[in-house]
Amino acid sequence: MKTDLFAHLKEWEEGNWTPDQGQAEASSLGPREEKEIKEPKKKIIRSLEKKELHISAVQYRVISVIVCLILSLVLIGTVNFLPGFADEDTPTTNEVYEHYIEEGRDQTGAVNTVAGMILDYRAFDTLGESFVLFTATVAVLLLLEYKKEGKKKREDGLDYRLDPIVYALAKFLIPIILVVGIYILFNGHLSPGGGFSGGAVLGGGFILYAMVFGEEKAVRVLSEKTVKIVSIASLSFYCLAKSYSFFTGNEFNGVHSVIGPGNPGDLLSGGLILPLNLAVGFVVCCTMYSFYMLFKRGRLD
Amino acid sequence: MDFMMNFPFITIVLSLFSSVIAYALKGKQARFVSYSLLGICSLLHLGVLFYNLTGDGYFVYRMGHYDAPIGNEISAGLLEPFFALLFSLVMLFSLLGGAKRIFSDLEEGKYKLFYVMVNLVHAALAALAYTNDIFTGYVFIEICTIASCALLMARSHGKSLVAATRYMIFSLMGSGLVLIGIILLYSITGHLLFPQMYESVQSLWTSGEYRIPLTVAIGLLVSGLAIKSGLFPFHFWMPDTYGTATPAASAILSGVVSKGYIFFLLKLVFRVIGFEVFVSSGIQSVLFALGILGMIFGSVSAIRTNNINFMIAFSSAAQIGYIYMGLGLGTKEAVISLLFQILAHALTKPMLFLAASKLSDTASGAQDFASLHSSAHDHLFAGLGYSVGALSMVGIPIFVGFVPKLFFAMAAFGHGLQTYCVLIALAISTILNVVYFLRTLINIYSPPTRKVTRRHFVFQTDRLFCVMMVLMLVVNVALGLCSQPVVNLFDAGFDLFLFVR
Repeated sequence: MKTDLFAHLKEWEEGNWTPDQGQAEASSLGPREEKEIKEPKKKIIRSLEKKELHISAVQYRVISVIVCLILSLVLIGTVNFLPGFADEDTPTTNEVYEHYIEEGRDQTGAVNTVAGMILDYRAFDTLGESFVLFTATVAVLLLLEYKKEGKKKREDGLDYRLDPIVYALAKFLIPIILVVGIYILFNGHLSPGGGFSGGAVLGGGFILYAMVFGEEKAVRVLSEKTVKIVSIASLSFYCLAKSYSFFTGNEFNGVHSVIGPGNPGDLLSGGLILPLNLAVGFVVCCTMYSFYMLFKRGRLD
Repeated sequence: MDFMMNFPFITIVLSLFSSVIAYALKGKQARFVSYSLLGICSLLHLGVLFYNLTGDGYFVYRMGHYDAPIGNEISAGLLEPFFALLFSLVMLFSLLGGAKRIFSDLEEGKYKLFYVMVNLVHAALAALAYTNDIFTGYVFIEICTIASCALLMARSHGKSLVAATRYMIFSLMGSGLVLIGIILLYSITGHLLFPQMYESVQSLWTSGEYRIPLTVAIGLLVSGLAIKSGLFPFHFWMPDTYGTATPAASAILSGVVSKGYIFFLLKLVFRVIGFEVFVSSGIQSVLFALGILGMIFGSVSAIRTNNINFMIAFSSAAQIGYIYMGLGLGTKEAVISLLFQILAHALTKPMLFLAASKLSDTASGAQDFASLHSSAHDHLFAGLGYSVGALSMVGIPIFVGFVPKLFFAMAAFGHGLQTYCVLIALAISTILNVVYFLRTLINIYSPPTRKVTRRHFVFQTDRLFCVMMVLMLVVNVALGLCSQPVVNLFDAGFDLFLFVR
C-alpha cells in the first residue's frame, strides 16, 4: 500500500496519474494520452463515465429543485414584508418622486415625465442601456455569423406569400405599423412612448416584412450596411450629445449648455430628448431586426 | 487642474464611443483602437489618481444638470482611480501578450468584434469602479456580462461554446439576484444613489423597520456578485471557461472582470449598506466560511486535475476565496489585505494564463502535464513568466503574492476562533499551492520522460509576448519589494471610502 502510494505520487508529479484516473475525468487527459489507452479499457472508462454522468445528473436535478424552492420561498416570503403597493407613505414616495412629478415638465421640457426621467435626469443609465443592446447585437453577430460561402440556405417550408390572409393583412398592416412606430418615436416626449417602445414597434414592422415577403426583399430595404450605419450613427450621436450635457452640467468647466427645454408641449421641445429618443429608437429597431435576421439567416446581408 | 475631474466620465464615454468606432472599422484598425483606448484611459485614470492625491482626495461628478438624488453621478476617491488604472493596464498587458493567439484563434470576421467587446468590457469596468449610483452599476454589470461571454465564445470551438454557455448561465443567475436585490433595496429606501441609500439603510436598521427585506436584499446583492466573481461553491464554471477560451480572454476574465464585480461589491458593502449593518446582518460570517472553504477546495481541485489551464483556473477559485475571507474578517486591516490581494491576483493571473498558453503551444497545444515536460526550455520567456507567476501565487517573498498573505495573517489576530481558522486555512492553502504549482514547475523544466510530439515548425519569436512577460515580472517584483506606498494609498483610500460620501 505504502509503495503504491509513493508510486502514484511519483506518477502524479510527472503528470501521468490523477486521483480520478479511470473515472469520469477523461476530459483532462491530453491528446497523446487518449491514444495510449487500449480499446477495452476505453470501453470501461466510457461505461463508468456514463454511470457517473447519470448519477450526477440525478444529483444535479434534486439539488437544483431544492435550491429553487428555497429561493422562491425566501423571495415570496419577503414580499409580505415589503411596503404596500401604491401606498401614500411608502419609502419610494419621497422628494425624488415629488421632484420628478412637479418640476419634471419645466426642467426637462418633456410632457411625458418618463421620457424626461430616462433621457434627462438619468440619461447616463439610458446611455448604458442602449449600449447593452449594442453589446447584445455584436455578441450575436460573433456567435452566429456564418461565412458567406459556408452554410446552405435553410428552407423552413413556410412561405407566407402564398397565404392569402397573412399576405393581404401584412400588406395592409406593415405601413401602418411603421407609421405608428415613427409617431411614437417623434411623440416620445409628449405622450406615452419613446425610444424603446417606438423602436420595438418599428423593428416589429420590419421583422413582419421580412417574414412575409422573404428575407431577400427585406435585405433590399434594410441592408447590412444600412443597419450598421444607422446603429453606428445613432450610438455615436448619443455618446457625443450626452458628453456635451455631462460636460456642461458641471459648473467648474465654465461652459453652459445652450440647449433649453423649450416650450413644453411643442413638437420641437424638450432639448435633447427628441433626438435622443430617435437615436434610442433606431438602435432598438436595428437590434431587433438584426436578431431576427441573424437567427433566421445567419447573416445580415 | 479642475479639468481633471472630467476624466472619469471621459474614460467611460470614450470606451463606449470607441467600441462603436471599432465596429465601423476593419480588424487591425479595431485592434489599434483598443490599444490606444486602453493606453489613453490608463493615463486618464492616473491623472485622476494624481489629482486626488494632491487635492482633497475625493470628488463627486454630476452626470447631467441635476444634483444628487435627482440625477446620476459618479465619484472618485483614491481607490476608484487606482483600481480603474489597474484594470486598464492589466487588460492592455493581456491583449498585447496574447495578441498572436487572438489572431490565430479567431476567424477573420470575428477578429474585429473581439476588440469591440474588449472596449465594452473596459467601459463597464471603469463605470463599475467610478459609479455612485446602484442602478448605473447594474446597467454596466449587464454590459460586462454579455461582453465577457462574447470574449469567451469568440473562439469558435465546440468546447469553448459550451463553456461560454455555462458561464452565461452562472453569470445571468448572478445578475438576476443582483437585480432583485436592487429592487428590494430601492423599494424600502426610495433612492438609487449611494449616499442617500446609505442614510436610509442606517435609519431603517436602527429603527428595525423592514428588517427582513433589508437582510434579504443584502443577501441577494452579495450572493449575486459572489456567483459572478466565482466564490466557492459557484466556481465550477471557471476551469472549462478559462481552459478553452483564447488566452487573452481568460487573462482578462480571471484577472480583471471578476475583480470588477468584487470592487463593486466592496462599494456596495461600505458605501451603501454600511459596515455595521453588514456585520450584524450575519452575511459576513457566511462569506468568511465560504471564503475559507474556497481557499482549500479550490486548491484540492487544482491538485486533482491534470490540465495546466484547469489548474490555473482552480487556483483562481482559491485566490478569490482569500478575498472573501478578508471581507468576512471585516476589519480595516483585513480589507486592506484583500485590496492588495485583488492587486496581486490581477497582476499574476494573466501572466500565468499567457505563459501557460505559450508552453502548451510548444507541445502542439496539449495541456496535460505529461506533454509539457521540458516545454520551458523550448520557450524561455514563457517558462520565466510561468515560474514567476507560480512563485507569486504560492506567496514567496519578493513577489507580490506574498504581501497579501502576510497581511491576512497579521489582520487575523485578535478575533478568537476566527484567528485560528484564518491561520490554519492560510497554512493549508499555502502548502496546497506549493504542491500544485511546484509540480508544474518541475514538469516544465524536467526532461521529457517519453517521446513527445513537438511542433515541427520553428517558433516565430513573439517579441511582444516576451516584452510583456518581462514587464509584468518587473511590476510583480517591484510591488512585492516595496508594497508600503500602495498600502498607504489603500489605507487613505479606504478611509475616504468609509467616511466621505
